[in-house]
Amino acid sequence: MSDAPSVGQVQRLGRHGVLIFLGLLFVAPFLWLISTSLKTNEQIVQASPAWIPRPATLQNYLNAFNTVPLLEYGKNTLIVTLFSVLGALCSNTLVAYGFSRIQWRSREVFFIITLATLMLPFQVTMVPLFIMFSKLHWTNTFLPLIVPCFFGNAFFIFLLRQFFLGIPRELSEAARIEGASELQILWHIILPLARPALFTVALFQFLFSWNDFLGPLIYLNDQSKFTLALGLANMQSAIGLSDFGMIMAAAVFTVAPVMLIFICAQRYFIEGIVRSRTT
Amino acid sequence: MRSNIARSLSPEIKGLLFISPWIVGLLWFYLYPFLASLYYSFHNATAFGPGAFIGWRNYELMMRDPLFWKSLANTIYFTAGSLCLGTIAALSLALLLPKNVRGASVYRTIFYLPTVVPFTAISVIWIWILHPRYGLLNHLLESIGVGAPGWLSDPAWAMPALILVSAWSVGNMMVIYLAAMQEIPTELYEAAKLDGASAWQRLIRITLPMLTPVILFNSIIGLINGFQYFVQPYVMTNGGPADSTLVYSLYLYRNAFQFFRMGYASAMGWILFLLILVLTAIVLRSARRWVHYRG
Repeated sequence: MSDAPSVGQVQRLGRHGVLIFLGLLFVAPFLWLISTSLKTNEQIVQASPAWIPRPATLQNYLNAFNTVPLLEYGKNTLIVTLFSVLGALCSNTLVAYGFSRIQWRSREVFFIITLATLMLPFQVTMVPLFIMFSKLHWTNTFLPLIVPCFFGNAFFIFLLRQFFLGIPRELSEAARIEGASELQILWHIILPLARPALFTVALFQFLFSWNDFLGPLIYLNDQSKFTLALGLANMQSAIGLSDFGMIMAAAVFTVAPVMLIFICAQRYFIEGIVRSRTT
Repeated sequence: MRSNIARSLSPEIKGLLFISPWIVGLLWFYLYPFLASLYYSFHNATAFGPGAFIGWRNYELMMRDPLFWKSLANTIYFTAGSLCLGTIAALSLALLLPKNVRGASVYRTIFYLPTVVPFTAISVIWIWILHPRYGLLNHLLESIGVGAPGWLSDPAWAMPALILVSAWSVGNMMVIYLAAMQEIPTELYEAAKLDGASAWQRLIRITLPMLTPVILFNSIIGLINGFQYFVQPYVMTNGGPADSTLVYSLYLYRNAFQFFRMGYASAMGWILFLLILVLTAIVLRSARRWVHYRG
């Protein structure tokens, strides 16, 4: 009796077998990406493809950096991303504080309007926004990508408001009695407690900006202004199917930073996604 | 002195001051462009401004534009396909991954990874994997003796290929299902076990009904995202072959930024908005029949 595996053990083994299979299925495209980026062109078009590049070469990376200003794209992406994160943190904490820690009359009405903007597709506002930004002479600069981040975003306002509402009201009341202003309460009491939520907002904004394609596609014309996401698509359409190794090398350069950040900070991402549902 | 004034402000003023950045943002980046696009949709607008008033002309043209209807049909095809496949994939992954499984967080990270990667990178990776001649997928299919389609170069297979690719990025849905499953009271399962319910019966009678509110939430998000689907068809197929992957947002983008028919594009934007509203309302209405609400 004790030698034979129990039903529970068999089920557990089966479950792990399925999970390992699915896990491999999910990482396979990434492994294939890295493998291709390290192969010579002869290996890439081999009749029976191999997972391990023999010999492994960095030639594709050298070619990619020589053909396309990848470092410039990286620098641009970093500028847009960092300013967007800064803007998102500043604006959304203030706004979320107003929506959660102060009692005022039309608060709920404003909040419902805020949530309604989540239903508005970018495709509706895209054309007037483009015309407005081009009249301001902001096209072909990073401003249309960065400036809106300094004026709040419904998703982040919602996330932070949920978090701020969870902080006991007595903490603010005590500070108010001692004569602290609202900004002091926000800075000294709320923000230190809300660090995980702020981190989540920063990570999401980082991801949105790093991965954004339609915004850069519309607003940026010069190659010297391109972000990585746009530059990679541009490279794909220019070089096409003739040099997969080089495109895969550029893709690795685009993907690696977000992946590393996600793996290090995944808890905050996942909590944020889960919290987005709870009302 | 200053802080005394600040403290004596009424809560209304204080609240409005705190949300003032958002009020500016709301007017500047949402309300103005929202109304302006309605205005443009009745004008012969170009990249330089609204142009002449032409009444319902843009909407009439749209109704007679075969590419508009084609792009709408393609979008519905994609949204329905990716929503079905994505829901099945995300639910299956979540069901396999309760918290007590050893290594759950490692698996969860792996399944979530494709969700954080830029769509353009996803596109170039899959162009390569789906390559008819040298692609990994067709090598695998040929090695097991299955006929290999031309994927992105075949009008019949291009959209199924895009739906397949979309199922790779189901991380958000999966994580939301996982969290919802942890909220199901364990007593329900214990009681069902005592009554002799099998694992399958517990899945069908407890887990799935209890998840229906979350399935509804994910379906609405999936609907909104599906109708805005843009990057992969832009990069992977550019709407081809034979317009088989010309989705709504791609056709709208072309009208606005390649043909500079800004008025027409604005009209398309408003129709998109109304379509999303109507479909969301229909899904919410249908929810009464299939969503199980606790208490």
